[in-house]
Amino acid sequence: MSEPQRTAPVSVVLGALASVQSAVIGALAIGFSGIGGSGRIWIALGTLVAATVIGAGVAYVKWRRLTYTIGEADIRVESGILSRAARSIPYERIQDVSLEAKPLPRLFGLVAVKFETGAGGGEDLALEYLTTKQGEALRRLVRERRDDTSETAPGLAAPAAARPEDEDGEVLYALTPRRLLTFGLFEFSLAVFAVLGGLLQYVDNISSVDIWDVDLWRRWLAEQGETVATIGPMAQALGALAGLVGLVLIGVVTGVARTFLRDWGFTLTRSPRGFRRQRGLLTRTDVVMPAHRVQGLVIGTGILRHRFGWHSLSFVSLAQDSENESHVVAPFARMDEIARIAGAAGFCLPDAATRWQRASKRHRTDLAVRDAAAFVLLAIPAAIFAPLGLFLIPLGAAVIAVGVNLYAWEFRRHAIDAAHVYASHGYLSPRQEVATRLKLHSVEIAQGPLARWRGYATVHLGLAGGTFAMHGVPLPEARALRRAVIETIAATDYSRLDAPLTDERDQALSAAQPGLSANRLAT
Amino acid sequence: METAPASALSAQPLADADDDGEGTLTKLHPNYAHALRVRTTLMAVPFLIGALVLELVVRDEGVIAQGIIAGPVLLIAILLILRIPARRYGARGYQMSADRLRVVRGILFRSDTVVPFGRVQHIDVDQGPLERFFGIATLTLHTAGNHNASVALPGLGEDLAREMRETIRAHIRRETL
Repeated sequence: MSEPQRTAPVSVVLGALASVQSAVIGALAIGFSGIGGSGRIWIALGTLVAATVIGAGVAYVKWRRLTYTIGEADIRVESGILSRAARSIPYERIQDVSLEAKPLPRLFGLVAVKFETGAGGGEDLALEYLTTKQGEALRRLVRERRDDTSETAPGLAAPAAARPEDEDGEVLYALTPRRLLTFGLFEFSLAVFAVLGGLLQYVDNISSVDIWDVDLWRRWLAEQGETVATIGPMAQALGALAGLVGLVLIGVVTGVARTFLRDWGFTLTRSPRGFRRQRGLLTRTDVVMPAHRVQGLVIGTGILRHRFGWHSLSFVSLAQDSENESHVVAPFARMDEIARIAGAAGFCLPDAATRWQRASKRHRTDLAVRDAAAFVLLAIPAAIFAPLGLFLIPLGAAVIAVGVNLYAWEFRRHAIDAAHVYASHGYLSPRQEVATRLKLHSVEIAQGPLARWRGYATVHLGLAGGTFAMHGVPLPEARALRRAVIETIAATDYSRLDAPLTDERDQALSAAQPGLSANRLAT
Repeated sequence: METAPASALSAQPLADADDDGEGTLTKLHPNYAHALRVRTTLMAVPFLIGALVLELVVRDEGVIAQGIIAGPVLLIAILLILRIPARRYGARGYQMSADRLRVVRGILFRSDTVVPFGRVQHIDVDQGPLERFFGIATLTLHTAGNHNASVALPGLGEDLAREMRETIRAHIRRETL
């Protein structure tokens, strides 16, 4: 049993800095407002000093009162100044451990260590902050204890740092700055205007310029409008063009900047224990995902990048990135690179041998009719009330809707093989999903009234950490599919699912088949 | 062990279109239909009161004939109470086999779910006040999947629900050991 430990002492400084950060705005507001007359500068300074002292004090007490214990079976954190809280997480339940270094802690060589158990989305336990070395040692320790708990209980006293470094595995995928730039070009974003809007609002709050004053803008527009009117139509067109180009340029630059901030130095490595992902320019994150926890894959793409053959790959698992998204393991890659990563995780991507099944043609027809009907209904009032000929617009849209649905059907397909299920949909940016048959949890055949009448169904497969659905599957096929999947699932109990993949990555998958007959004998 | 619940069921196979080569569904406890009916009645009461209040308000104005609001509402409520619970009861069913439970439900939107016992995380048997009065219970199976995280099977006889829970639990234990 190890002793309760404290986080790095420098955390106190960071805590104090955080409270100063939040006090600065208040102090500025006091400084620029009319409160206190000429002495307001002193009031502002006093506020700042008080905030710093109080913040540092609170940070210190918090640091004193937070301890973590690395036990034999779990990791325990006790915290709280007045009300105490003790949380314990068993090693086997830890889905992944991630190290996150935001810019400021990075300067001090500190990281936040986050443990995820998959309960309710966000991280369940975070230690802020440990030194980078401590963080990595802790992660290695947790991983080893987790793998050991079932087999070897004794021998835990051996310090983990003495073990050979097993994290420097084979590099599966890395983003070079050059490719990152290409990636950034596809990440066109106008989010900067939202930020600007927010800033304007802020300026409005702390300055006397009322930006929501319509008259102000009208005056300004009128002045500018007169100037524009005098320069002639040619220059006006040029100006509009320049504005458009500027907009595109801003969007592209924003996209590139955001991509660089998020994915700078993106590296995915495969070690015997799992996958390790490092990324980030200012905020550096370092996540390790055990390979056997990967439940499924999602291969996505974008409308434009799809035309250039770029795709992204995410792992579906109980642990998730922020905003409840699956772990991105390759944000911008060629299909062969993705296939290599998928292979390392024990998945095989659909290939020429995959027997794809299309959605029912009746499903296609119904969707086309449904979408077209909406436009046709719109055309009726248009024909009656609108000027002559205008009703042709919704009618044209109806025709387009039919065409789009017929085209989209080509991309809506699903397949099943000995170990996996596949689904694919989307016609402008096709999205593929792959899941292991063995790691599914339930199968539902759902039918609306129309689907029942027309004899097709949606098959929902229960996937931990994600969803998996096949749409428009003909009913007999849906039933056959369910029978096949359930046979695989029922053969292996949940408790045996998470057994770590040993040397042969496909062992767990091939083990399912003999397990099936053994299970039959048992029952 | 698997045959135990089967003998305890009031085994009445569904004779209608649900027999699809997937095996026959077992009907729920007949009291479930009564419980549904009571629940529908309780749901209709606020609407009836609302209609009556409106009726009273409008009657003082003296514009329309009596019962022109409350009448139709009452009629619809009676129709719903008579028809819907019976149909919902008829649409529901389950099928328990050696290693899985199949739950079928829905009048318009049909859903047909199979949960293998090997994927059950935990099992609930719930009884609301109404269910206790009618001697029935709801069996809920929880899985780790995001879709169908919990599959509920209401309207089982109290003892049967417990018996099924024991069967599923025994199966899980056997698999784990």
